Amino acid sequence: MSKTIEELKSLSTQVRRDILRMVNAVNSGHPGGSLGCTEYFAALYGKVMNYQLPFTMEGKNEDLFFLSNGHISPVFYSILARFGFFEVSELATFRKLGTRLQGHPTTHDHLPGVRIASGSLGQGLSVAIGAAVAKKMDKDDSLVYVLQGDGELQEGQNWEAFMFAAAKKVDNIITTIDYNGRQIDGDTEDVLDLGNLHAKLEAFGWVVLEEKNGNDLEAVIAILERAKTETGKGKPVAIMLHTEMGFGVDYMMGSHAWHGKAPNAEQLENALGQLTLDEVTDY
Amino acid sequence: MKYKVLDNKDTRSGFGAGLAELADTHPNVVALCADLIGSLKMEKFIEKAPERFIQVGIAEANMIGIAAGLTINGKIPFTGTFANFSTSRVYDQIRQSVAYSNKNVKICASHAGLTLGEDGATHQVLEDIGMMKMLPGMTVINTCDYNQTKAATLAIADFDGPVYLRFGRPVVPVFIPEDMPFEIGKGILLQEGTDVTIVATGHLVWESLLAAEELEKEGISCEVINIHTIKPLDEEIILKSVQKTGKIVTAEEHNYIGGLGESVAGMLSRKHPTKQEFVAVNDTFGESATPAELMKKYEIDAEAVVKAVKRVIAR
Repeated sequence: MSKTIEELKSLSTQVRRDILRMVNAVNSGHPGGSLGCTEYFAALYGKVMNYQLPFTMEGKNEDLFFLSNGHISPVFYSILARFGFFEVSELATFRKLGTRLQGHPTTHDHLPGVRIASGSLGQGLSVAIGAAVAKKMDKDDSLVYVLQGDGELQEGQNWEAFMFAAAKKVDNIITTIDYNGRQIDGDTEDVLDLGNLHAKLEAFGWVVLEEKNGNDLEAVIAILERAKTETGKGKPVAIMLHTEMGFGVDYMMGSHAWHGKAPNAEQLENALGQLTLDEVTDY
Repeated sequence: MKYKVLDNKDTRSGFGAGLAELADTHPNVVALCADLIGSLKMEKFIEKAPERFIQVGIAEANMIGIAAGLTINGKIPFTGTFANFSTSRVYDQIRQSVAYSNKNVKICASHAGLTLGEDGATHQVLEDIGMMKMLPGMTVINTCDYNQTKAATLAIADFDGPVYLRFGRPVVPVFIPEDMPFEIGKGILLQEGTDVTIVATGHLVWESLLAAEELEKEGISCEVINIHTIKPLDEEIILKSVQKTGKIVTAEEHNYIGGLGESVAGMLSRKHPTKQEFVAVNDTFGESATPAELMKKYEIDAEAVVKAVKRVIAR
């Protein structure tokens, strides 16, 4: 579990290669948000979260993670494989008939590392709060982490959940909002502006941290570690993590175009050429 | 009639009594409510196990999600609100976070059907059985009286998997013996007969027994079966009966589309095609009135069952 920063940076590059190869192989899936959240996942699984292997659904006395924006499954699957939840070779089955690596994550096929189905947006925070409440009932002082998209905050259920967690002092939860400002139809501010999200979350009673460099691994680790120090003080904790959709591949950055589109063979080759490593370990 | 009125109580109180018992016997049971503690009769559970009660406020979607999350380390959450807000309002949350994720959530729904009465159609869900039975892996139960509702509440705590438990608001006869075992997925042969099979669920079970008594006076012998578990359906008890009677009437407080009647018809069409009449609401919304007035107007009472039996005999 314990890797150096350099190792985690290399791993992030490998994860990006996995993401692009996975979506290219089936000509579908969501590379943009996956690439943007790679540092978050590398930090979480590489440094921040205390988890146990082999995976158990119950997760007693270990930290839990819930992915609410399930469409970024490529990065989730690659990270789980690279951290030993299942064989890396299984990444080749992504979105193919009979796979455990469904288009959106599910518990249906018992894929290690997944505790809830997600994909229909806006549900993950509620589920994570339930898990966090259960931990409190059991006097289990480990933490619950959540990742949410910024676009999915347009779903009203999130605001029920934000209200609940603050009112009931669910202070063992850290949600991270992938604040990339983009969604399928365009920039979030054009589709349905979230307004002053920081102020809104604070007004809902959350501790709100913000990190402008969400694709800087060390900065992501630092903000997550800081978030940990804010737990246990009576308030739930949110991180607005500014990321760049498509980060690491020049032609994918700066637009929402690659939210849910796979690169073709030529584009893949170009992208992989930008993601070089001393030792490539493609599946 | 073999069954006597033991008492008059609402089925929701049976749920409340069962839940209170679970507070003592099942340390993993957690109750959640969306601002309807009194309506769901959850007070006794809260009194006994306040640390295992979660008031979520008027936020049903969040309640279903929290319940799904609670199951992960082994809690057995029972959510409580009206049937309408337990199903149609939160269908996608149930579909993804509970059914598809196979979480051990017990969705407990009061005020089902028309008989909540005066609140009117906004609260009278008549589509919930259909919605819930269409979800893969969902067990669907509709109980008929106080004792059966209490027994079902206890039984689902020991059953691993998502359950929809449907019950109601009005005070109705208690006639199921307190010690009658409740077996999920097993129908109950309440009364043997030879001419027509009546398969009933929920509040229509008592109405069907009254109808059978009435028909007996006219020389028509009805076999009355209580199907409390609509999914999985006890095919065997129904097939055995229709092989004898050759005719069937289904009776329920639900739209005829998507309800028990359709489940029975679908099964019989595949295994033993049988003439069938439906006692159910005829694809319409309800309205404000007393439960008895509504049951009469929408033809889901004993009189309607009598008529349906005569129709099926005449065919």
